[in-house]
This record gives sequence, C-alpha cells and structure tokens, in this order.
Amino acid sequence: MNLSTSEVWLLIGGLVLTTALVKGVGPVFVGGRELPAPFLRVVALAAPPLLAALVVTSVLADGRHLGVGADTVGVAVGGVLLVCRVPLVVAGAAAVLVTAALRAFV
Amino acid sequence: MTPDDRASFQRGIRLGVPFGAVGFVISLSYGVLATEAGFTPVQAIAVAAFVFAGSAQFASLSIVATGGAIPAALAAATLMNSRFLAMGIALAPSLPGGRAQRGAQGQAIVDSSWALASRDDGTFNRWQMFGTTVPQYVAWLAGTVVGAFTGDLIGDPERFGLDALFPVFFLSILLAELKRPGARLTAVVGVVIALALVPLTPPGIPILAASTAALLGLVLPGPTTEPAP
Repeated sequence: MNLSTSEVWLLIGGLVLTTALVKGVGPVFVGGRELPAPFLRVVALAAPPLLAALVVTSVLADGRHLGVGADTVGVAVGGVLLVCRVPLVVAGAAAVLVTAALRAFV
Repeated sequence: MTPDDRASFQRGIRLGVPFGAVGFVISLSYGVLATEAGFTPVQAIAVAAFVFAGSAQFASLSIVATGGAIPAALAAATLMNSRFLAMGIALAPSLPGGRAQRGAQGQAIVDSSWALASRDDGTFNRWQMFGTTVPQYVAWLAGTVVGAFTGDLIGDPERFGLDALFPVFFLSILLAELKRPGARLTAVVGVVIALALVPLTPPGIPILAASTAALLGLVLPGPTTEPAP
C-alpha cells in the first residue's frame, strides 16, 4: 500500500460519504409519493438479478478475467447444501472447509 | 411504533442473526486484510462502523493494497455500492417522513435486510428491514474488531477459505428470493448480463447492469399488482 495513515483517513472519509449518498439518494428524492404499478413490478424483481450477479462475479471473476478456483468448488458445495435447506451457518462452514482443504491439498 | 411494527422489528432481528454470524467471519477477514495492508486497527474498525458495506470495503481495500490510489478505490467502492441506489429507489415509497428522515432510514439498507423486507406487491416492511440490519451491524463491527487485533496470529484469510463465505452469504439471500414469480428468469438473465460484461467493464458495473433484468417485470405476467395480505 502506498498510502500514509492520514491518506487512509481521507479514503475512509470518502467511503463513508459516498456510501451514505448512494443509500440516501433514492429515499430522499423518490420517496413520499405513490408510484405506478409497472414500477412496482420491476422493483419486486430487482433483487434476484442483483444477488445472482453478485454471487457469480465474486466466484468467477478476478478483475476482468473469468475463471474457477478452489473457492468456486467450495461455494458450489455450500450452494447445494443451502438448496437442501441446510442452515446458512452450516453451509458457510462447509464452503470454507472445502475451499481450505482444496487449497491445502490440491 | 405500533404492535405490528414491533412484531416486524423482532422478526427482522431473528432473521438477521444467521446473516450476522456469517457476516462476523467475513468482517473478521476484512479486519485482518486491512491491517495487513497497512491500516491501523482503529482505521479498519472505523470502516466497519461507518461504511458497513462489505463489497465496497473489499473492493476499495484490494485496490489500495495493491498500490492503487484513493480515487480508484472510491470509484470501485461506489460501483460496488451502486446497487444500493436501485435498492433505495425501490424502498423509497415505503418510507414515511420528510426528506431527511427518509434519507436516514435509507442508511439501514443492506442486501439481506432489503431483500427479506421486500413484499410481492413492490412495497417494503421497513421495521422488519431495520430489525434485520441490527444483528448484522453489531456482528460486522465485532468481527472487524477481532480481525484487526488478531491479524498477526491469523495470517492470510484466503488460506482458510474464508473468501468462500461472501458468495454463500449472498446465495442464501438469493435462494429465499427465487420463490417470487418471475424471479428465476430475471436471475438467469442477470447472470448472463453480468458474465458477459466482466471482461469488458470495471468490477461493479456488471452487477449494476444485471439489475436491468428486472425490467422483465414490465412484460411478465404476475400477481404482483395485488397488495400482499
């Protein structure tokens, strides 16, 4: 890292400000009025593609490259367990163990 | 707070506990990686306390840790956070009060809380959302405190496979969401958009662009116009 301690504080201040802005803009400017039904239908479907994209990019993307690694296998195992209604904490632990084992032994 | 609100808040807290448990370990690894990169423990903890946005924290950290500059780190964090813009717009009509009050309530948005509080009719149960955020905030802060002060003992969190937790965390929220009519199709379209854009755009953009798959709501038939019971 090339940043000094005071530059890190500058970065942190920037992160706090931008995150609060991004979270606040919608409620501040869009709120307080009834929105049309088509808008609400779109909104009701917004989470699945966002979450699915977050999952596949964190598992398969490294910068601008796509590829698989030990974590891909671990997350797949965790995913299968979740589909089988295993609790999140257990599925997460399994994903971590599989990933660590693959990194250690393969 | 009405009795209904109180019940929603308490249900939210219960829903948030497992996410908090997993979030604890994720934020612990943030504390380790941040101090390893050169943050002081207090700085790592300040990020967890006042930014409280996992994907943006990791994106900005990975940039400065590899020698990147502040503007690049902030840009990456904002791109990762940009999904909160879509979430905030969606949530806005369900928030009462004036602008300042609504803006403050919007700060409670985190992925799991927002997704679980979303109803089929496009409105949100805000008290449940606040409740789900509470245990996650506490655990997130505690995890970073532990990680920031024990980083020397732990070493590289990737060695322990801790990087696999983050996707599993989001996968569990996604699976709960897929029960919604039309959700599977939009999820698949979102994945295709995201993967197609990964080689072409900076990280974060593929995720934001994937949200356009929700526009399928304009053409898909569905019961989503009826208010939920």
